[in-house]
Amino acid sequence: MSSAERILSRAVNEITPGSIVNLGIGLPTQVIRYLPDDFDVQIHSENGILGAWKQSPPEAMDPFLIDAAGAYVSLREGASLFDSAVSFALIRRARLDLTMIGAFEVDEQGNLANWKIPGKFSPGIGGAMELAQKTPRIVVLTTHTDKHGRPKILKSCRLPLTAKACVSRIVSDLAVMDVTPQGLVVREKLVDISDADLQARTEAELMFAA
Amino acid sequence: MKKNQTLENAIAAIPSGAVVMVGGFGNPGTPFSLINELVRQGQTGLTIIKNDANEPGHGLSRLIENGQVRKLITTHIGLNKGVIELMNQGDLEVAFHPQGMLAEKIRTAGAGSFGFLTDIGIDSQITRPEDLLEWQGQTYKVEMALPAAYALIHAAHADWIGNLVYQGSAINFSPLMAMAANHVIVETPDLGAPGRFKPEHVHTPGAFVDSIVPLESLTSEYGVLEHHVLR
Repeated sequence: MSSAERILSRAVNEITPGSIVNLGIGLPTQVIRYLPDDFDVQIHSENGILGAWKQSPPEAMDPFLIDAAGAYVSLREGASLFDSAVSFALIRRARLDLTMIGAFEVDEQGNLANWKIPGKFSPGIGGAMELAQKTPRIVVLTTHTDKHGRPKILKSCRLPLTAKACVSRIVSDLAVMDVTPQGLVVREKLVDISDADLQARTEAELMFAA
Repeated sequence: MKKNQTLENAIAAIPSGAVVMVGGFGNPGTPFSLINELVRQGQTGLTIIKNDANEPGHGLSRLIENGQVRKLITTHIGLNKGVIELMNQGDLEVAFHPQGMLAEKIRTAGAGSFGFLTDIGIDSQITRPEDLLEWQGQTYKVEMALPAAYALIHAAHADWIGNLVYQGSAINFSPLMAMAANHVIVETPDLGAPGRFKPEHVHTPGAFVDSIVPLESLTSEYGVLEHHVLR
């Protein structure tokens, strides 16, 4: 299993039946493919969809219906479509239950940075700031280290923040970690790795459940 | 009154240096035909307000690549490395807003108001001290309305007096921009006589629309982008 598949197949278990969930650009929008066809969930896409669902086969694909990452989606029974002001009213009024979001950096206080790497790659804020600040539960999906092997899970974010103290849980390709008042607590390991090895790939101090 | 216009005349109303809103989130709702005509006519020094920059070689990206845009007011350009590069080189001024703040600033202008109070991004790098307002013991960020002289809109269906109906996820910023701009130019592949819509199904009332360009058909630009088809 690739690291992306490991993250996605674990991330899908974060979605509880009956919930309203936003999936951010990158890995999170792919979670939709891992949901059982009859799963009771409403997927919100900030470009104006409540009830987005899996991509149709090419002959039934609607070029006027995409998710926030540009991938074509279908609609479930009971879906609704609306403008961007309504879509973000829904976010700011905290009508979502869960947002899964990507990160450049995340830290042990639950701070999130995912919009700006000054002078290099600044994709922009998109919906991230409002989603991170207003969704009751934020789960970050990220590789544990970047492509150069450097930790992405830090003591304190160095990049400009998207939102402060917003993250509840981190699902990486190696482990599931919760942000607690005492720091990051490892809840599960997704690969066979020792505590010391996992800590070595993490800048933040990890606590391991007994 | 019929608001039908030729593509050439509709776009010729826009002078160089104008502030122009452009509907669309990714491909859906992007008025490719209106943008392509703006590229052909060559107005320069434009300030463009659009959710994103489309993808390289498509839509707004063409206008930017052609050097006609001075400033882009947007939310996310992560799918367009070329535009990020122009920004990094200092060849394009880019102002980022949180997406819902951009929508609400446009909606506010469209509602004839001047601003609103929020807490979004209040403790982030995007907020300057002079944006903060103390009011009755609370601290808010002041977001000003964002109007424009022109808006370019794609509607799935329209009638001659400017009533518009959007389709799928192509609604996005279009109804808000149609309210917020002084001169609203619409393209549509399906134009017909008034009475074709149930009145309660109209998304944008005709009074907001100034000119309508009928499209004979939708070119391949409006179709499926192969790299967004999942394998």
